[in-house]
Amino acid sequence: MKEQANLNYINSLSGGDKSFEIKLISIIKKEFKIEKNIYYDNIKSEKLKLCSENVHKIKHKISILGLEKSYKIAEQHENNLREGNSALQDKFSDILNNVTNYLNKL
Amino acid sequence: MNCIIIDDEATSRTIIGELCSSYKNLNVVEVFSNAIEAIKYLNQNKTDLIFLDIHMPDFNGFDFIRTLKDPPFIILTTADAEFAIQAFEYDCIVDYIVKPIKPERFKKSIQKVEGKLNEKVTATTTEKEKLQTVDDFYVNINKRLIKIDIQSIYLVEAKGDYIYLKTDNKNYTVHSTLKKIEEKLPDHMFLKIHRSYIININKIIDIEDNSVLIEKDIVPVSRSNRPELMKRLNLL
Repeated sequence: MKEQANLNYINSLSGGDKSFEIKLISIIKKEFKIEKNIYYDNIKSEKLKLCSENVHKIKHKISILGLEKSYKIAEQHENNLREGNSALQDKFSDILNNVTNYLNKL
Repeated sequence: MNCIIIDDEATSRTIIGELCSSYKNLNVVEVFSNAIEAIKYLNQNKTDLIFLDIHMPDFNGFDFIRTLKDPPFIILTTADAEFAIQAFEYDCIVDYIVKPIKPERFKKSIQKVEGKLNEKVTATTTEKEKLQTVDDFYVNINKRLIKIDIQSIYLVEAKGDYIYLKTDNKNYTVHSTLKKIEEKLPDHMFLKIHRSYIININKIIDIEDNSVLIEKDIVPVSRSNRPELMKRLNLL
């Protein structure tokens, strides 16, 4: 079963300030889209070290959205990629899709 | 307390900025997406605190710290806990926060910085107080170190690269500056009344217009220093 993303962290930061929540979500959406595209480009070109850098940035957003299990997979994937191993690529793609779908609904 | 944020992720910069906005005494002066721009800024400006991301492309957080001659306090912000040990190698690093930064954890970090700032202020004050309670100092004259009793000094006059020290018993010509000797003299006893003169206010005999009679010397008082002199006198 897919892990469900949430806005608990963002709410705890905003203290109810809706304009800040909207601003932060918009920045996350924009930055996530760019980072995800760069990641897939690097995967295609098999630049695994660069991919690990991309995962590093993306995993922060995964944790912001409260996806704890996904975060652990991302962390492992980042370490693997640094050592030239892309075994968790499919699982990580599922996480990226999950985040994309969630952000699209916001 | 002025601070800057250095992080290549816009999301992180926004979150840290928001966390800072809850603290009245924390003023975010500049935000940088790379370390190089921040170095340029710090070459021209000072700051009390830096929120620094470790994991940045090309130039990471530790590379950045090594370029700073006199680093301010630094809070490292990172998505990895693995660099924590390395952080202990730097005295300027006050704390190490793992992202995503929680408000309660951020608060602890700010308290740590405030504690360190207070320690710094106390240490500076104690050093000054220590200097102010010393009764004497030594001057180098013709390769001899001569002890000068501070209370006996009534006038210090700047003359080019030298200062002329007049005491109750003897006068001395010393290769030094007025600024250097001013640091050695206690504030409650001495006052700079002109760009070339420091006097012992306890030894003043009288004051007339823009001059002071001290022992047998008549010393000019500059217009800008006169109000402070008048303030220091015990007027009837």
